[in-house]
Amino acid sequence: MKTEYQRAWLFVTPVLLLVAFNALIPMMTVVNYSVQETFGDNLFFWQGLDWFEKLLNSDRFHAALGRQFLFTGIILAIEVPLGVIIALAMPRKGFWVPVCLVTMALPMLIPWNVVGAMWNIFTLPDIGLLGYFMNHTLGVNYNMTQDPLAAWVTIIVMDVWHWTSLVVLLSYAGLVSIPDAYYQAAKIDGASSWSVFRYIQLPKMKQVLTIAILLRFMDSFNIYTEPFVLTGGGPGNSTTLLSIDLVKIALGQFDLGPAAAMSLIYFAITLLVSWLFYTLMTRNDAR
Amino acid sequence: MAKITLSKLRHSYFPEPAGPQDYALKEIDLDWDDGGAYALLGPSGCGKSTLLNIISGLLVPSEGNILFDDRDVTSLPPAERNIAQVFQFPVIYDTMTVFDNLAFPLRNRRVGEEKVKARVNEIAAMLEVTDMLQTRASNLSPDNKQKISMGRGLVRDDVNVVMFDEPLTVIDPHLKWKLRSKLKELHQRVRATMIYVTHDQTEALTFADQVVVMQEGEIVQIGTPVELFERPAHTFVGHFIGSPGMNVLPCEVRSGGAFLNGTAIALEGAIGTNATGDTQIGIRPEFVSLGKTGLEAKVRKVADVGRHNVVEAMVGETRVNAIVEGAAPAQGETVHLNFQPAQTRLYSDGWIATEPGEAA
Repeated sequence: MKTEYQRAWLFVTPVLLLVAFNALIPMMTVVNYSVQETFGDNLFFWQGLDWFEKLLNSDRFHAALGRQFLFTGIILAIEVPLGVIIALAMPRKGFWVPVCLVTMALPMLIPWNVVGAMWNIFTLPDIGLLGYFMNHTLGVNYNMTQDPLAAWVTIIVMDVWHWTSLVVLLSYAGLVSIPDAYYQAAKIDGASSWSVFRYIQLPKMKQVLTIAILLRFMDSFNIYTEPFVLTGGGPGNSTTLLSIDLVKIALGQFDLGPAAAMSLIYFAITLLVSWLFYTLMTRNDAR
Repeated sequence: MAKITLSKLRHSYFPEPAGPQDYALKEIDLDWDDGGAYALLGPSGCGKSTLLNIISGLLVPSEGNILFDDRDVTSLPPAERNIAQVFQFPVIYDTMTVFDNLAFPLRNRRVGEEKVKARVNEIAAMLEVTDMLQTRASNLSPDNKQKISMGRGLVRDDVNVVMFDEPLTVIDPHLKWKLRSKLKELHQRVRATMIYVTHDQTEALTFADQVVVMQEGEIVQIGTPVELFERPAHTFVGHFIGSPGMNVLPCEVRSGGAFLNGTAIALEGAIGTNATGDTQIGIRPEFVSLGKTGLEAKVRKVADVGRHNVVEAMVGETRVNAIVEGAAPAQGETVHLNFQPAQTRLYSDGWIATEPGEAA
């Protein structure tokens, strides 16, 4: 007869508890909210999938989702190539390596709300360094509290400033792991510098770049603190990204049901895109 | 294809070398004939890879010149020297197919696609990789990857020289032998000048017509495998080549003869005038035999290495190896050693100090 050791459960329990309290239970609470309506006093009314249906048909959600994809798309399109270019330009050995690495890492070490506050002050038209310079020295009308375009440019530049380093550091790690023999062989084979990039550096960076893009996608898709501190989603709704809209619904209007439904959809989109991207990028390796 | 001349070549990795100890290469003068198979043999750190990188152009020497067919190429970059190099670890372009890998050096030089196809197919057939041409190179086994690296070196028919930098390091032992004979065969077919760098004597001796033995940035001896084996110019060569290496026995020189532990030893020829330093007798274990009379020695160890036994015997405080076919003496037994005079040489401060005898 087969003996079963039920004691094994004892070893798994701590992890199960941990996961339950930091993921499963909060998540299920959200699921619970998403199918009910509440007016406070712990009174709940069953709503079924109404919130999901309403949300998916709402222009407000479509607009926020559109802005979110636009933002993520733009910052990825800037940060990934820029990060790779900077990594390629960084020295491979000598005194300047640690200097570059530390300088690169600095923006990432600053707390997110501080980044928002810094850029807020930086861009103030009358006293901010950048704002003053733009308005009074260059004579360009730049005020991100009034002009949606200025607000967009500012949050994008801020994100590029804050996070390009991540792409740089990961790409750099990929680059330094390439043995010298590859470059020497390429020289002897008469390869152009473009060929070296295309056939040696890029393939060797592919894995770390996949991770970098994935991290940047998830982080930028869920971004909240910095634009919230910087623009508060304005002017108007122009920089109201998904998470800012979500907080407005959940805490501003206290519509827990719709907010919960939105969280779940939001989560599903992030998960789906990440999964699709990762699967596509790694599928070729198996062949 | 070209004749290669190295003239007064010196290299130091320090910007301002203070003395000979700062030089990775100390004054190299060499001539390599067109179409020859050469090996650079030496222990790690002897400067052989430095020398190779200077020939390929990855490194510019501190002093001296390199000539390909009397054309000075010392300051030319690798791509303009028209050479090929195979590295210790296989270098392949992961994202390309095997075909594209082999075609890469040709396409970079704007060779017509017709000719590319013909050359790649020819080389693939030689290397026996024709059936893999359409697979992605990243999926190959290490030995096939190394074959592709070699193929990229051989695919251009006008290369001046093909260099191999310890190319069998990452290959499994049973495939090493196969690739080694493949290389030899390739050399016979393409007739390009080939230089093979290694610290493995078997690889060097089987591949090359001429072996250059290096130590601490200097050339110790240049010769055919047989010359290196039979008459090492330096005790280092004697030690380094052969298994076990040459016996190097401290001796005394007086009145024109050499004495080992008080016994006179017959040498191949007259003692040269340079025998002024520390003197040693050098004889290979292959030429030491056991007999009824001769130098008395006590057997310390017998190792059966398959084809024969290696007998380690002590003459006083000096250890002598002898290779014995057939029955070997037991440990602790007293034996008599005989040295073949024609193969017995005298070394002074490491360098050979006997005139070649008539027998040699």
